[in-house]
Amino acid sequence: MGVDLDTVTEIRSARELDGWRPGDAWLAGGTFLFSEPQPHLTRLLDLSDMGWAPLEVTDRGLEIAATCTVAELARFVPPAGWTAVRPATGPSLVEQCCHSFVASFKIWTMATVGGNICNALPAGPMISLTAALEGTATLVAPDGARRFVPVADVVTGVGTTVLSDGELLRSVTLPTSALRSTTAFRQASLYPVGRSGALLIGRLDPLEGSLTLTVTASTVRPVQLRFGRVPDAGTLAAAVAEAIPAQAYVDDVHGLPAWRRHMTRRLAEEIRRELEEGTR
Amino acid sequence: MAVVVNGHEFAERPRPGQCLRTYLRERGWFGVKKGCDAGDCGACTVHVDGEPVHSCVYPAHRAQGREVTTIEGLAAGGELHPVQQRFLDAQGFQCGFCTAGFIMTTAALDEEQLDDLPRAFKGNLCRCTGYRAIEDAVRGVRRVDEPAPGQAVGCSVAAPAGPQIVTGTARYTFDVEVPGLRHIKLLRSPHAHARIAGIDTGPAMAVPGVVAVLTRHDAPTGLFSSARHEHPEEDPADTRVVDDVVRHIGQRVAVVVAETEAAAAEGCRRVRVDYEVLPAVTDPERAMSPGAPVIHPGKGPETRIARPQDNVVGEMHEEIGDVEQAFAQADVVYEGTFGSQRVQPAHLETHGAVAWFEEDGRLTVRSSTQTPFLTRRVLCDLFDLPEDRLRVVAGRVGGGFGGKQEMLVEDVVVLAALHTGGPVKLEYTRDEQFTASTTRHPFSVRMTVGGRRDGTLTGMALRVVADAGAHGNHSPSVLFHSCSEPLALYRCPNRRVDGFAVYTTTVPSGAFRGYGLSQVTFAVESALDELARRLGIEPAAFRERNIIAPGDPVVDPGGPKQDLEMGSYGLDQCLSVVRDAAADDTAGAPAPDGWLVGHGMALSMIATGPPGGHFADARLTLLEDGRYDLAVGSVEFGNGLATVHSQIAAATLGTTVDHIGVRQADTDVVGHDTGVFASAGIVVGGKAVLRAAEALRAALLAGAAACTGTDPGRCHLEPDAVNCGGQRLPLTKLWAAMRDTGHEPAADGHSDGTPRSVAFNAQWFRVAVDPDTGEIRILRSVHAADAGVVMNPLQLRGQVEGGVAQALGAALYEQVRIEENGQVSTPDFRRYHLPAFADVPRTEVHFSRTADAMGPLGAKSMSESPFIPVAPALANALRDATGVRFTRLPFTRDRVWLTYGDAVGEAAEGQP
Repeated sequence: MGVDLDTVTEIRSARELDGWRPGDAWLAGGTFLFSEPQPHLTRLLDLSDMGWAPLEVTDRGLEIAATCTVAELARFVPPAGWTAVRPATGPSLVEQCCHSFVASFKIWTMATVGGNICNALPAGPMISLTAALEGTATLVAPDGARRFVPVADVVTGVGTTVLSDGELLRSVTLPTSALRSTTAFRQASLYPVGRSGALLIGRLDPLEGSLTLTVTASTVRPVQLRFGRVPDAGTLAAAVAEAIPAQAYVDDVHGLPAWRRHMTRRLAEEIRRELEEGTR
Repeated sequence: MAVVVNGHEFAERPRPGQCLRTYLRERGWFGVKKGCDAGDCGACTVHVDGEPVHSCVYPAHRAQGREVTTIEGLAAGGELHPVQQRFLDAQGFQCGFCTAGFIMTTAALDEEQLDDLPRAFKGNLCRCTGYRAIEDAVRGVRRVDEPAPGQAVGCSVAAPAGPQIVTGTARYTFDVEVPGLRHIKLLRSPHAHARIAGIDTGPAMAVPGVVAVLTRHDAPTGLFSSARHEHPEEDPADTRVVDDVVRHIGQRVAVVVAETEAAAAEGCRRVRVDYEVLPAVTDPERAMSPGAPVIHPGKGPETRIARPQDNVVGEMHEEIGDVEQAFAQADVVYEGTFGSQRVQPAHLETHGAVAWFEEDGRLTVRSSTQTPFLTRRVLCDLFDLPEDRLRVVAGRVGGGFGGKQEMLVEDVVVLAALHTGGPVKLEYTRDEQFTASTTRHPFSVRMTVGGRRDGTLTGMALRVVADAGAHGNHSPSVLFHSCSEPLALYRCPNRRVDGFAVYTTTVPSGAFRGYGLSQVTFAVESALDELARRLGIEPAAFRERNIIAPGDPVVDPGGPKQDLEMGSYGLDQCLSVVRDAAADDTAGAPAPDGWLVGHGMALSMIATGPPGGHFADARLTLLEDGRYDLAVGSVEFGNGLATVHSQIAAATLGTTVDHIGVRQADTDVVGHDTGVFASAGIVVGGKAVLRAAEALRAALLAGAAACTGTDPGRCHLEPDAVNCGGQRLPLTKLWAAMRDTGHEPAADGHSDGTPRSVAFNAQWFRVAVDPDTGEIRILRSVHAADAGVVMNPLQLRGQVEGGVAQALGAALYEQVRIEENGQVSTPDFRRYHLPAFADVPRTEVHFSRTADAMGPLGAKSMSESPFIPVAPALANALRDATGVRFTRLPFTRDRVWLTYGDAVGEAAEGQP
C-alpha cells in the first residue's frame, strides 16, 4: 500500500544470499511490492546490485536481464535487421508494449522486465512482448539449478507462475529469428491510455511465412496460436474460438469477459489483415 | 551512505521495507504528499539523481548515496522554478494537493513528452481541476488578473495560498510536527455482519511499542450520526464510536495506539476477536423485503430511523395533483429504471486527524474536515467535554467533495488522546478510503413521465431506492434533497415520489457532490429526453415548454418550498447556450469513419444552501500595519473560498487582496460556522464577510471623519489610507487614533443562510460511438452555468471544469464494486479508474448574465452543481447517436458494446 512494508526487518543484497527462507521475497524494482500490503514478508533480497548487464546482444539473440528496467528497454537501440523491434516505419513493438503499461514513465525508471513477468498479471505488457517474441526464461533455483521455460508457459494464471518458492527469474532470451520477423500490435482498454483489456501481437516469420498470434490481457494466461501461413478470416476465427474457451477470458474490473472475447476476435482479425497485406 | 535531500545530508538509515515517501516526510519534507499509496497518483513525485520517481513505491534504502530533490528544493536561490511560476500564472490547481507532483513531473518532461501530455501525465491524478488549468500551466498560459484597489470582485484574482502551494510549503492536515506523536491503526471487520462475542487485546498489548488497545468497552455508549448538519436531528443516530455489532466489511472493531505505525499495525494483527457471524444483505430491495436480516434492530424512535425492522432508514411518500389521471390523459407515457452507481469522492488527501493537548490541557484536533464547528459540537456531546476545552481546526484540506461533511476519524483520535493523555494521529490509507469511509449513494429510480403532443408535461412519478449502506448518516437528507430540485425544475401539476433509503451491510454511503441530485437528475433528464423523442418533439424544445419560469414558486412533490425563492433566473440563457451549440455543426472534433454521432443535453437546478438555516460568522480587523485580518470559519479545500472572501473584503474596503490576511477553519477564530457544504460557501460565508467588511468600512470612515473633522460622506477608503475630502489619513494612524479613543477597529458579520435562491446548469455533448468496441468519443462539450454575478471568472471556470470532469469519471469509468459478500473489490486507483489527463476533454464554459437578489454582491453557488447534468446529457447524446437508451451508469466501453448489441439484436429479432 505504498506505505512501509513494516514487517520487513532486513534488506539483504541478493549477492550475499545465505539460503532462501520463509518470509523472503526478491526485490526487483519494488514498484509492485511496495504498492500493496505484504504482511507475510520479513526479508527482501535486493537484486539491484547484481551487476547483470540489462541488455546483451549475442549471436543467439537478445538477452534481457530480469533486472533490466522498462526505461532501459525503452531506450534500447536494436541492431539493424531486427525488424520486430526496429521497424522501418512506425513505433516498434518495444515502444508499443512499454506504452501499454498503465504506469507512467516515472515507474519505468524503477520497474523491471523480470518483475512484470513474475507478477503474472494478464495485462503485464512485458509478458506480451517477450512471449510474442518467443522468449525463453532462464530460471534459477535456490540450489543453483537452471531451467529454461518459454515465457508463454511461465505464466500459468492470474498472478501465478511456474516459479517454485525461492526460484529466481534470471533473464529472458529472445531468439534472433523472432527479432527479425514482422509484427503487428493491437491493444484494447476501457480507457484512453488505460490498462489493457486485450493485447494481441501477431508475428510473421519472413522466411517461413508462418504467423504466430499471441493473445494476452484478455486471457488469464498467454495463449499462442501458430499458423503455417497467414490464414483466412474464418480459419483464424475458428482457431481463436477453439484455443480460448469462454472461461479462459478474464473477468475483472478491466473488462467484461464477453467484451474481451469480442475484442480479441476483432483485434486478431485486424492483425491478420495487416500482416496479410505485408505478404503481398 | 547518507541520503541527500535538497542539499541536506541525512545520515539516518531508512528502515528495512521503508518507502522513500515516509522517509522524506519523517524528516519534515511535507511537500511530498501521500495520495494513493500505490504509485498511481503521482502526488509523491520527487527526483532521485534527476530522475522523477513515485517516492511511495521507491525503496528508501536505494536513495542512500543519491540526491533527492523535492518540491521544496526545486526553486534555486530564492527564484521560483519556471514551472512553479507557470502554475501560479495559470492557477493550475484548486486544492493543491496534487500540485507538487505535477510540478515535479512537468519539470522533468522533455520536448517529446510535452507534445504528448496524455501519456506524460499517466502517473499524475488531479481530482479538482479537470486538467485544463494544468495544461495551461504546462503551456505557460497566463490567466490571473491584478485588479486595481477596490476592483477585486469580478476579476481573476489568484488564490492567496498559491505561492505556498507551488513551493510545497502549504500546510495540509498531516503537515505538522508534533513531539511525542503516537499512531493509531484500526482493526477492521472481515465480516459484513457480525456480533463481537469476545475480544482479547492481550496479545496486541504485548507488542513492543503498543500503548493502548481500545474496544467498545472503552468507547462512549452514545449513539450519533457521522453526518454533520447544523441540526443534528436531521440525521439518524445509529453509530457508536466502537460498536459491538459490525455491519460492513471494514467497520472498526478496535483502536490500537502505538509509538510507531508499524507497531500499531502489528497490534491490529494480534488482537483476537471472536465473531458471531450474522446474515448479510447487500441489495437494498432485498434488505427491505420480508425476512431480510435486520441491520439495526431494537433502535427506538430517538434514533430517528424511519422503520428499523424493515431496514428503512428514511422514506418519503408525497404527491401533488393526480399522477394517475395525468398519465391517463397523456399521449405518451414512458417508464424506465435508472441506476446510478457507488462513486468515491476520491479527494487526494485521505481522511485523518491529529490531536494534541495544549499546555493548559485543552485538546486540539486538527482534521481534514469541511465542518470544524459541527465536528466540535458532536465531539463535545460524545465525550462530555465543554466546548471551550476542545478546539477543532483544519489546515489546508486536500479536497472534500462532500466526503468530509462527515465525522469519520475525529471521534477515534479524541478517544485515543483522552485515553493515552498524549498526542495521537490517525491517517487513512487509500484502501481505507474505499473500504471504510463513505461513497455516493447508489440509486435506483423508476421514473414514469407522461406528455401530450402539444408539448405539455402532464405527470412525473418516481420510485426511488437509495442504498444507505451500513449506517444512515446522510441518507434521509440525501433522499429528500434528491427528489426536490430535479422535479421542481419543471412546471408540472402532477408529481409523485415514493422514496426509500435502505440499510445494507455494505460500506456506508454519505454526502457527495450534488447530494442526491445527480442520481435523480440522471433519471429525470433521461426520461424527459426519451418522452420528448417519443412525442416527436425536439428535446430542448420540450424542456423549454415545461421549465420553471422567472418568478414561479419553487414547487416539489412536497409542495412549495417556503424559504426558496428565485433570486435570479438564468435558466433561459443556459438553454440558449446549449441550443446554439447544437445548431453549430462546424465546431468540435470530427467523428471517425463508421462511428455513430449524436448530441444531447440536460438541465439541472440547485438551491443555494440547505433548508433550515446555515450560519456563518466573520470578523474583519484593521491591523496596526494598515493591513486587514479576516477571520472566517469556512474551510479551504480547493473551493476557492479564501480567494473569494478576500476579494469581497478587498472590494468593500477599497484595497487589493494582498492587504487581506485570511484566518479560517478554526473554532477559535469566530463564534460559529456551519461548514462548507450544501453550496453555501459563497452565499452564506461570503455574505457574512461582506457584512463584516461593510460594517468595518462604516466604522473606519466614521473614525476617519471624526479624526479629520470631515463629513463622513466625503470620506472613502484607499489601499493605505482614508481619503477625507482630499486629505489622506494613513490607516496606520487611523488604527492608533481609534485605539486611543477606545474604538476597536474591527467589525463582525453574520449570515443565517435564508432565504435561499436557486442556481442553474446545462450540459451539452456531441459524441461519436463505435458500436463495435463501445468506445465513446466526446467531440464537443459545452456547459452553461447560472452563478449570478461571477466573483472570480477563472476560479469559477475551474470549478465548472472540475465538476464536469468528476462527473465524466462517474459517467464513464468509476464504480466502487461490492462483491456478494460485501467486500469492496476496487480499493485502489488501479481498479477504480479516476479520470486522468487523457480521459477528460476540454469543456467550453459559459456564464449567464444574472445578478441574484439574495447572494452577496449578486453571486450564487457554483461548485457542487456542474456535476449534476453531465451523466444524463451524455446518456441523451448516446441515445441520439445509437437509438438505444442507456439507463445504467457507468457507460464503460464493455457495457456500451454489450447493451448496444443486445438492443440491436432484440430489434432484429422483432423484425418479421
